[in-house]
Amino acid sequence: MELVCPAGTPATLRAAVEAGADAVYCGFRDDTNARNFPGLNFSPAELAEGVRFAHGHGARVLVAINTFARVGEIDRWRQAVDTAVRCGADAVIAADLAVLDHMARAHPDVRLHLSVQAAAATPEAIAFYADAFGIHRVVLPRVLSVQEIAALNRAIEVETEVFVFGGLCVMTEGRCYLSSYATGKSPNLNGVCSPPEFVDYSESAQGTTARLGGFTIDRYAPGAPAGYPTLCKGLFKAGGQTSHLFEDPVSLNAGSMLAALKAAGVTAMKIEGRQRGKGYVGDVVRAFRRAVDAVEAGGEAIEIDRLLAAQSEGGRQTTGAYKKTWR
Amino acid sequence: MSGVSLTLGPVFFHWSADRLLDFYRRIADEAPVDRVHVGETVCGKRMPFTDAAWPEIIERLERGGKEVVLSTLAAPATVRERRSIEELCGEDRLVEVNDFTALRWRNGRPFVTGPFLNVYNEAAAAFLAARGARTICPPVELALGALAGMAKRSTGVEFEAFAFGRLPLAISGRCYHARMHGLHKDSCRFMCEQDPDGLAVDTLDDQKFLAINGVQTLSSQVHVLCLGSAELTGLGISRLRLSPHTADMVAVAKIYRDLLDGKETPEQARFLLSCLDLPGTMVDGFAFGAPGCRSPQAA
Repeated sequence: MELVCPAGTPATLRAAVEAGADAVYCGFRDDTNARNFPGLNFSPAELAEGVRFAHGHGARVLVAINTFARVGEIDRWRQAVDTAVRCGADAVIAADLAVLDHMARAHPDVRLHLSVQAAAATPEAIAFYADAFGIHRVVLPRVLSVQEIAALNRAIEVETEVFVFGGLCVMTEGRCYLSSYATGKSPNLNGVCSPPEFVDYSESAQGTTARLGGFTIDRYAPGAPAGYPTLCKGLFKAGGQTSHLFEDPVSLNAGSMLAALKAAGVTAMKIEGRQRGKGYVGDVVRAFRRAVDAVEAGGEAIEIDRLLAAQSEGGRQTTGAYKKTWR
Repeated sequence: MSGVSLTLGPVFFHWSADRLLDFYRRIADEAPVDRVHVGETVCGKRMPFTDAAWPEIIERLERGGKEVVLSTLAAPATVRERRSIEELCGEDRLVEVNDFTALRWRNGRPFVTGPFLNVYNEAAAAFLAARGARTICPPVELALGALAGMAKRSTGVEFEAFAFGRLPLAISGRCYHARMHGLHKDSCRFMCEQDPDGLAVDTLDDQKFLAINGVQTLSSQVHVLCLGSAELTGLGISRLRLSPHTADMVAVAKIYRDLLDGKETPEQARFLLSCLDLPGTMVDGFAFGAPGCRSPQAA
């Protein structure tokens, strides 16, 4: 099992590698990647240096160029791919047909991973991408149960990578336009979801109201800590009820399911969080390194849920779609 | 008649077989649409309720002179759902691809791509056109300017803009109708059937925001793109897609046809549409690169 860890900055890359990451993933400082946040990501020179550092420690670097190229600007995405390869990237993670096609034509000898943003979840869809572009690995959307992942792995030729910790997309990734509906900025086109410049907090006697693009997403009692107004984790009214209709403000922790995921044939376990700092990433990677090693040694997976609870949003965690009852 | 055609998209909602039969009978006889999409795209669990109705619906539509397109599931998961896609892709009629699962089966034979398939640029369009795409209806968030840029750089494929209806904004593995009723998707009791236009989701401050339809999330507001045919043709748009609701879709189609034929102005068309029983207020922000929730006046 390969432990794939987030690197939002060069410092985080080093922290992840030193904490035991088998691979780190990162992106360039622009809208070619799906974590296009201010203060994050890599220049080409930083990437080249990051690759040298990672390789020196036996770790690989995967470069996410996983937004959808803009009309008339596709060359910018193709150049990002070429730059990543030139910097020594061990693999490129892509979702757009234009980017995948360029990788397959220009760099057939470099590993190509199908991004979760492509939302390929069936043997036929994955086989299509494998035949068309020679993908080596698919990052699975966070909608499949462990049983479905096991069946999928029996039916496909390429490796699978799954998210085991961090932010949890409730909607199928790459198929969600909620953020652009409220703000005009989207994961697919801008590499952002529920972006901070559209967030507003206001105080009243009722407490703190968190809004996104003018829409009320949640309200917190006076004095209570206010969460970030991510659209799909909001408190809404529907059918006469007020509830976290789409998902509670929880984050994913499938640490307790590592052994099951390994048994299901998963090659790589991925930690979400390129927007996180080096301290957080180092802590999470160290904990998962221990857990993965324990699973690999054939022993019981150590109980890391509790260990990692303090790192998660609001302290509340879920195993998400890996258990069928999540649906 | 202008060169811009009208397409009636697939019904997103869980309508009974009887409701579908009534609906399409009227569409076949009265609606001035050129092409009609049929079939379930949102939830494979609904398919057994309507499977038997489609042959009659298709026959009726074709007798009414409509070109029928067989739509396929946007998020197939089970063996049965995947098999339904394989079977539909084996048909001679045009097929709507809403997931790359279908492309595996349809590769090389003519198809339409629906708004669930991420086609954002000219290279993606060319890739799909080379494999049989005849019409591309891009994701709803793509602005008209980008769509026009894609059309200008493409050959051998026509472009369709999503022009009327609640916007399909997201799809999930989780069923929100089931969750709201304290159930799981696997034992959902088909609560979504109670909401034939989707169930409104409002904010805590009673702002109209979204609508749920099983595993699908839509806008609460109704996207209404009203442009004349000269402008659409200039943008490289050959078709407008109207998405079915319980509102009078024959009236909707007639308003759009009159708009395209120059018998109504965009302002008149918007006014006439606003007089119908729409499930939400009108928006068109996505068309102009703005937040999708932006109303036409502010665009």
